[in-house]
Amino acid sequence: MKVTLFIPCYIDLFYPQVGISIVKIFERLGIEVEALESPACCGQPAYNTGYHDETKEAAIKLMEQLKDAEAVVIPSGSCGAMVKVFYPELFEGTEYEILSKEVSSKCYEFTAFLVNRLGVTDLKATFPHKITFHDGCHGLRELNNKLPPRVLLSKVKGLELIEMKEAETCCGFGGTFSAKFPIISTAMGETKCASALETGAEFIVSCDSSCIMHLQGLITRQNKNIKTIHIAEILAQQ
Amino acid sequence: MNAIALEFKKNAVRTVKDLQRRQLVKTALGNFEIARNDKVARFQDWQKARYVAAKLKWEALENLHANIQRLEENLKKNGAIVHWAATAEEARRIVSAIAKEKNARLIVKSKAMTAEEIHLNEALEKEGYEVVETDLGEFIVQLRREPPYHIVFPAMHLTRYEISDLFAQKLGSQPTDKAEELTMIARRVLREKYIKADIGITGANFAVADCGVISITENEGNARLTAALPKVMITLIGIEKVIPKLEDLALFLPMLATAGAAQLISGYNTFYSGPRKNGETDGPQEYHVILLDNGRTELLADPIERDALRCIRCGACLNVCPIYRTIGGHSYGTTYCGPIGAVITPIMRGIEDWQQLSYASSLCGACAEICPVKIILHHHLLKNRKIAATKKPVWWQKIGFKIFSKISTCPTLWSIITKCGRLLQKLHPLVKGSRLDPAYAWTKERDLPPIAPQTFKEWWRSKK
Ligand code: SF4
Repeated sequence: MKVTLFIPCYIDLFYPQVGISIVKIFERLGIEVEALESPACCGQPAYNTGYHDETKEAAIKLMEQLKDAEAVVIPSGSCGAMVKVFYPELFEGTEYEILSKEVSSKCYEFTAFLVNRLGVTDLKATFPHKITFHDGCHGLRELNNKLPPRVLLSKVKGLELIEMKEAETCCGFGGTFSAKFPIISTAMGETKCASALETGAEFIVSCDSSCIMHLQGLITRQNKNIKTIHIAEILAQQ
Repeated sequence: MNAIALEFKKNAVRTVKDLQRRQLVKTALGNFEIARNDKVARFQDWQKARYVAAKLKWEALENLHANIQRLEENLKKNGAIVHWAATAEEARRIVSAIAKEKNARLIVKSKAMTAEEIHLNEALEKEGYEVVETDLGEFIVQLRREPPYHIVFPAMHLTRYEISDLFAQKLGSQPTDKAEELTMIARRVLREKYIKADIGITGANFAVADCGVISITENEGNARLTAALPKVMITLIGIEKVIPKLEDLALFLPMLATAGAAQLISGYNTFYSGPRKNGETDGPQEYHVILLDNGRTELLADPIERDALRCIRCGACLNVCPIYRTIGGHSYGTTYCGPIGAVITPIMRGIEDWQQLSYASSLCGACAEICPVKIILHHHLLKNRKIAATKKPVWWQKIGFKIFSKISTCPTLWSIITKCGRLLQKLHPLVKGSRLDPAYAWTKERDLPPIAPQTFKEWWRSKK
């Protein structure tokens, strides 16, 4: 099997280790990987702000790149949902409708791909730490991705998952929302961090680097005693 | 930014900083959630129930025209007087004309969001009537001269100490920290009002077309007294509340109680079908039903936004909303707050003035997950944003997204921007977190991660 990997813009710029970890994991599994050079972004920021025409340029380019792909993996519930759920809505009734549906049907969030498509649950990873898991909203509610990350984490040697009370509550990132309403966004982030800290975990783990960017930004600024890490980085540790 | 949007931001920031109040609301809603989940679990199949409820409501709306005509006919048959109000102003005029004709002085009211929506109290008070809210929460916020904080729990933002102080100040009662005693104080005041009142005004939860019945759900019995004691009863109901058959309530009443109040069934569910009949000993002598449109047909005419009319005003979406929990009910500045308010207000009251409510959401979808009639509220917020951006695009956003789109679809540009970003970020510490910082909205409260020395794309290229 060959996987086409789409690395969203903020992972490319700020968290390349997430993409690198994924490539390593696939290589270990003997799966051929190809990473897309362009576009750099799925168009979600424009879409979520209501600018659909401005979204389409990137979306069409991405869909065309993925036309012949066997399977598409996106290490983000949020960008994954954009392609899987919102592209078909965006292109409904246009010449791209069929293409958007085809791309949607072969697109997977990273952990969902491992567990649901490949049936892989044990990556023989080791991570001797206490962690708590943050469900990114799009992964959880648009993609129904509650279990795959937990199944994968349960097989990691030395790892102890302590669920926080507000695991399913939004961290407050919300894309452009975080910049439009920073005070509300960070207040939500604080609630989330408090819930994570209550567990005594060393790490907040998530499938979404965007949530992590927001939470880590708060943690650094406020000197909170917890770290963040993307699930792919844990699964790649041996 | 318009004045309403500025006011919204200002109020939101104020509530965010009021940590004590936020904690109070969060604890209350957290406890509520546990109780609600327990009741949800007792449904044989909650998801199926939601599906059926959504379908019933959808069909009721698809046939709204016929349903509402049948409702009118049957209400009339039962002896009620039916009025149609296209706008808030018309509805206010109808109520005020009835009050004038009856020479009323005192009007009691049970909980009615429709009355809040049309600002009925203020209008009636201006005309010299005394208007008294009889729902305990509404009674409290009325004494404070503020709007309800929540569509189901109007005074949930207050502690019993604050309520005690309020009662002591406004009603001259002895201070107490016991909830029961506070209830008794309100009750003593209200009992007298019911007896003296000339008119009782209620809202409604459902209107059954087939038999011309208005269904009112409550837990305090105040709506029953409001309906039974005064000579004239007026029900103010939104036209979307019509359902075809009485048996539909077998599903809707428990769902409303569960989603909205964490109860299996509410304390009182009363059906009102008309005025007192010959030989009956209680009930009003005259029963008026006002069917309120006030923007609802506009929603109905919109094939996309229409399903927001399925709403049964249970308040469940507010309870789970992390934005509502953070900014509280008063920040919204409109009658219907929380996710449902953010969906319908911009459509009903004007997208230009109210679009900020649709933007003030992280689109987490917790609301859609709980809504008993399956309104996908956060997708509606996206649709509202599209309407706003199409109707009146913000020029710098439009240009910004265009440019970003160009950059992100051109590998050369992306790599140039990456390199420039790396250089510029060396200067970032000079302005970080200040007004001169281009990333101020982010960096005021958070740190921004640095651009990696080697981005993923650069790594990939070197690997290949
Ligand atoms: S939108 Fe749904 S959850 Fe919100 S008040 Fe209406 S019925 Fe209840």
